[in-house]
Amino acid sequence: MIRDITLGQYYDADSVIHRLDPRVKLLFSVLYIVSLYAGRGILCFALAIVFLAVIIALSKVPVKFILKGLRSIVILIVLSAFLNLFLTQGEVLVRFWIFKITKEGIRIASLMVIRIVLLIMGTSVLTLTTTPNDLTDGLERAFGFLKIFHVPVHEVAMMMSIALRFIPILIDEVNKIMKAQQARGADFENGGLIKKAKAMIPLLIPLFVSAFRRASDLAQAMEARCYHGGDGRTKLHPLKYHRRDVIAFLLQFAYLAAIILLRIFLRAFPVEFL
Amino acid sequence: MQFELKDVSFSYQPDAKEPKYAVHHVSFSVEKGEFLAIIGHTGSGKSTLIQFLDGLLKPTSGKVFFNGTEITAKGYQYSNLRRLVGLVFQYPEHQLFETTVLKDVCYGPKNMGLDKEEQQARAIRALKAVRFPEDSYEKSPFDLSGGEKRRVAIAGVLAMEPECLILDEPTAGLDPHGREDILSMCRELQGSGITVILVSHSMDDVAEFAERILVMDSGELKYDGAPKEVFRHVDALEGIGLSAPETVYLMRELKKRGYDVPEVVLNTEEAKEILLDIFKK
Repeated sequence: MIRDITLGQYYDADSVIHRLDPRVKLLFSVLYIVSLYAGRGILCFALAIVFLAVIIALSKVPVKFILKGLRSIVILIVLSAFLNLFLTQGEVLVRFWIFKITKEGIRIASLMVIRIVLLIMGTSVLTLTTTPNDLTDGLERAFGFLKIFHVPVHEVAMMMSIALRFIPILIDEVNKIMKAQQARGADFENGGLIKKAKAMIPLLIPLFVSAFRRASDLAQAMEARCYHGGDGRTKLHPLKYHRRDVIAFLLQFAYLAAIILLRIFLRAFPVEFL
Repeated sequence: MQFELKDVSFSYQPDAKEPKYAVHHVSFSVEKGEFLAIIGHTGSGKSTLIQFLDGLLKPTSGKVFFNGTEITAKGYQYSNLRRLVGLVFQYPEHQLFETTVLKDVCYGPKNMGLDKEEQQARAIRALKAVRFPEDSYEKSPFDLSGGEKRRVAIAGVLAMEPECLILDEPTAGLDPHGREDILSMCRELQGSGITVILVSHSMDDVAEFAERILVMDSGELKYDGAPKEVFRHVDALEGIGLSAPETVYLMRELKKRGYDVPEVVLNTEEAKEILLDIFKK
């Protein structure tokens, strides 16, 4: 049962988006969020939808996977749609009991839903097309400037990648210990809450013991190979910008500029309902 | 017959287009009181195979019987089976969790619902069977040496007083002394009427003690027979990443040089006698 958990949500495929430098994709996530809040009106969102659709098509990730990410925030979407729909003042269209639906309500609610959905889909492109290791690598480089302020960027990134690396190992360990205790008659499934919680002790203690043992083994192995933090450390696959990364940078800035220009233009020449 | 496996197969991804089988069409049976060894290269399916016997894994297809009852049947209750079949996993010392050795060994009997006195009595009997020193019963299991930890873990399974003891690589990572201890303990247990199934990839471990050897290769059962039979196929065994005990190689070399010696000799005592005979002539 524990074997079925998939970690992160990386979808392995060979696409331009997968090959992009993680820093480009990190910046894209930020820019896309900014664009969703900078844009006002249906035209801006239409542009945002088209831009994201092109990226998703290029990434070769099935839309099904991207929509999966929305499942966890369904309640948030429904709630914000509901509140905006009923609580916005304006020209009343329908009225029943204490509720009234206004023209402005429909407009704001639908834009809100589109914004949240795009927000989640846009940022999930990053995690779907970047391996956790590339991601931490990218984060380390992108936030490298913080070293000036004595933020231990390398150490945090190293901790992140080790933690990620250890998750499958620990899951494996849990399975093993579970089986060993089951062979000694342990019962993890039946009984009330307290009994179940108590049944976890023979599982958790060996797990913690082994996690500490592994941590100290790893620390020794790293020291034995002269690991001494990030200073002067070189990489086997250093991150380098390629031409496609430069193009991607330019494209995303062009996109953000288009959104902002569109907004200024629409403010100067208001069009009904856009 | 204590165990009977009928055409058992197992795949970790049975729904894949071309499922890979960890165990493929394996059939064999185990008699009560037997000392059986299962050998095979890493990934040959031996660890998967023994989990069927304890009901921890269910084969994808095929049937497993224990004392005549089908344990692969729907709705079978495993609690009784797990009491009667003691399974000791690889590196069993990783399962220790209690504050004292005695309490840890009591865990199995406690799960069986026995009263406190009976739990203790069984735990002490089990600790004696693995020859664990009495003055260390109240020590923390985490303060013990590697070999001691392993003996406590095996005692933890023995305390349930199973009819059959299955050990997965019980000598892995132990020094020669610890290895000798564990193996002779297995033989003593068999002497007291318990079926012992030993999984190993060390030929010297199994050659001396096992009465019967099963050889697994990439999920399939290659050989099933007495050690003298199985080790006759030295070349085939080497082909699947295994070897024969040192004594077998010694006899083969002697034979090549024209001495009249038996083909398969499995223990060092016998080999010594043969060598002394040759020197006398």
